[in-house]
Amino acid sequence: MNSSMILSIITFVYGLAGFLYIFAWVFKKPAVGQLATWIALIGWVGNTAGILMRWVESYQMGIGHAPFSNLYESLVFFAWTIALIYLVIERKADNRVIGAFTMPIAFLAMAYAALRTGITNEIQPLIPALKSNWLIAHVITCFIGYAAFATAFGISAMYLIKQGRDEEQIGWLDFAKPLTLFIFMLLFSRVLLANNWVMSAIIALPICLVFYIGVFLARRMPEDLKKRLLAMFPEPVILDELGYQMTLFGFLFLSIGIISGAVWANSAWGRYWGWDPKETWSLVTWFIYATMLHARLMRGWRGKRIAYLSLVGFAAVLFTYFGVNLLPGLHSYGALGQ
Amino acid sequence: MRSDGIASDLSALARLWKLFASVNLTIVLLLTLATTSIIGTLIPQNEAPAAYFETFGAVLYRTFSLLGFFDLYHSWWFRALILMLVANIVVCSIDRLQSTWKIIFVRHPRFNLARYRQLKNRADSIHDSDAEQLKALYQPVIARRFRYHRTEETAEGFAIYGERGRWTRLGVYIVHFSVVLLLIGGLIGSILGFEGYVNIPEGESAQSIQLSNSNQKLQLGFEVRCDDFNVDFYDTGAPKEFRSSLTIFKQGKAVMQKDIIVNDPLRYEGISFFQSSYGPMPPNEAILNFTSKATGMIYSKRAILNTPLFIAEDLGTFVLQKYTRQANFRGHNIGEAFVGLLTPLNGSAVEVMLPLKFPSFDRMRKGNVFIAVADYIPRYYTGLQVSKDPGIWVVYAGFILMIVGIYITFFMSHQQVCIDVARQGEKSRIMVAGTSNKNKLEMQKKVIKLSERLIGITADD
Repeated sequence: MNSSMILSIITFVYGLAGFLYIFAWVFKKPAVGQLATWIALIGWVGNTAGILMRWVESYQMGIGHAPFSNLYESLVFFAWTIALIYLVIERKADNRVIGAFTMPIAFLAMAYAALRTGITNEIQPLIPALKSNWLIAHVITCFIGYAAFATAFGISAMYLIKQGRDEEQIGWLDFAKPLTLFIFMLLFSRVLLANNWVMSAIIALPICLVFYIGVFLARRMPEDLKKRLLAMFPEPVILDELGYQMTLFGFLFLSIGIISGAVWANSAWGRYWGWDPKETWSLVTWFIYATMLHARLMRGWRGKRIAYLSLVGFAAVLFTYFGVNLLPGLHSYGALGQ
Repeated sequence: MRSDGIASDLSALARLWKLFASVNLTIVLLLTLATTSIIGTLIPQNEAPAAYFETFGAVLYRTFSLLGFFDLYHSWWFRALILMLVANIVVCSIDRLQSTWKIIFVRHPRFNLARYRQLKNRADSIHDSDAEQLKALYQPVIARRFRYHRTEETAEGFAIYGERGRWTRLGVYIVHFSVVLLLIGGLIGSILGFEGYVNIPEGESAQSIQLSNSNQKLQLGFEVRCDDFNVDFYDTGAPKEFRSSLTIFKQGKAVMQKDIIVNDPLRYEGISFFQSSYGPMPPNEAILNFTSKATGMIYSKRAILNTPLFIAEDLGTFVLQKYTRQANFRGHNIGEAFVGLLTPLNGSAVEVMLPLKFPSFDRMRKGNVFIAVADYIPRYYTGLQVSKDPGIWVVYAGFILMIVGIYITFFMSHQQVCIDVARQGEKSRIMVAGTSNKNKLEMQKKVIKLSERLIGITADD
């Protein structure tokens, strides 16, 4: 029994937890929800064990280092953080529907790590640039930030679903939405799934189609069913506030992550900022969330606008995380094929 | 007329101030910086013009070049955007600090009982004890939770006010100040510091470095010698460690010695040397085997570049002249080779080629002595990144302030509570109300918790 095996099993445990959260929500079965919580908790404990075992195994191999050094390890830690943050939120907000929107993200991260070709789950020795005490601080803070933004993304999506179509409509968005969705999905599949643009478009189109079929069906859902499904969501005010709290949390950790990276860069390369694509994209992400915080605190933005900004912010997070591998630069440690 | 001019000058200044004091400008600037920064990640920066020309074609090349897209982050307009953002931050902060200052630095905070009684965030309950009794019980509870507290008599009983975290309203100014520090630190670095690189072959030293952003060299004022360079590999073939042994000489005297690896630079007189790259150098010595045609004896000798060797049996003198990566023999590339000059005792000198891949190559010459390379020591140069940044401590101070400031701004708040106790016969009616400038949901929970705590208190506690 080695760490890779445990982590493959955890993928299924997270998947099961996510499925049960959705099931408990759709069929209104609180007992199943409780089961989901236990399974998510077991998954998280197993995830922790997997990470620790991997750490120990690397020492047994004589190349001991913290398990935060390549794409596989970062995805495993990303899932771990999402699960942890979600479990804390579940306790605080006392609502399990959020699990239906966040645990699947943890599952997808693990499944992607396991299935995507080019991601190896082998324990690799550290290259000289990564041999630094800053590795742990930098990776952990960045990924806590990313995971908090992922959770904020899930909560913002819930907010938008809960609000549905109401007076707070932003006219031009109706035209822009499908196009934006397609462009984001195209980028998403190009970065994560396919190696060329044609393939990406072939993947992106059905995703958009499924999304709009879902929206179409949701709008034609019987009123009482719709009401029942939405009634289990937390109140919009709570969702708005929770999403905001998660964003704050993410913003603090993204800031620490960028700063620890800068200090590290200064001790490794002799400069704290070099406009390397990864650095730049993390700054772009920081700018987007800084915009959101200013708009909210100083301009009183609430609700949908903030939720949309949160979606855009998470897209920037994903691009910082994965997309930068498509661009030239120094920061290729987390890239595919490594 | 004149006064009119001054007035309009003033109003222009006032308008400019107003523009920079606006948060809308902040939002526009942040989003503009975000989008324009992306361009620089899509177009590789600072490459040769010819490469750009080939990729983009004439028209786009000229457009991009004009817009500064090839060195975007140092273009005048990008710098102007950053400068505007910092100006925006400074003006906004000054503009708002005045009113915040007045809130923070009051000697006697005022509490308005009527306002608390109207607050939504309020918990009412009834306690069995008498109001006077409760006063003594409640005061320490509030004193423990709130740094500032005060008890006032009211018509029906008393009110205790508690307050804390007034100063946390300064958090946002700390964050804004940290951004200004980053800019100042960056400016100090770019004016007083430098960035460059130097390649030093093993055993040799350098007194100057090549600057990165210009063609100029910079004299260090001391000498750096690379005593040794080593590269280790894992079994997988991935690099494990790059290590350079460096010695610093000041006026001919060794003053410092250190082995540097990636992530562990050498620092001397504010200048840092980072292990950055390495590469092969032409070897300057080899072990050569001289085989005498007459006797068949093999003489093994160490040959050093440009140093004459006398071959035994009076076979002549040999000078190792150079090493080439790609030697050419009658139009054929025969790979790496040493080239030397053999001067027989009596006779004219001949050039001898000693390709590493073909050890018996020299037999073809059919001379009195046949020479072959038995071994040679590979030599490396170490590539060092050299930088000096006197602004780094200002930047680091900015980093620390930014983290501390963000924490204060978003995770701490200015909280006030009021406990209003009124006699109601034998019993007391207790109202707990609270406000905070941030995180109001959390404050609601706090008020409920505090109310529960106060109800639970009895004289026995």
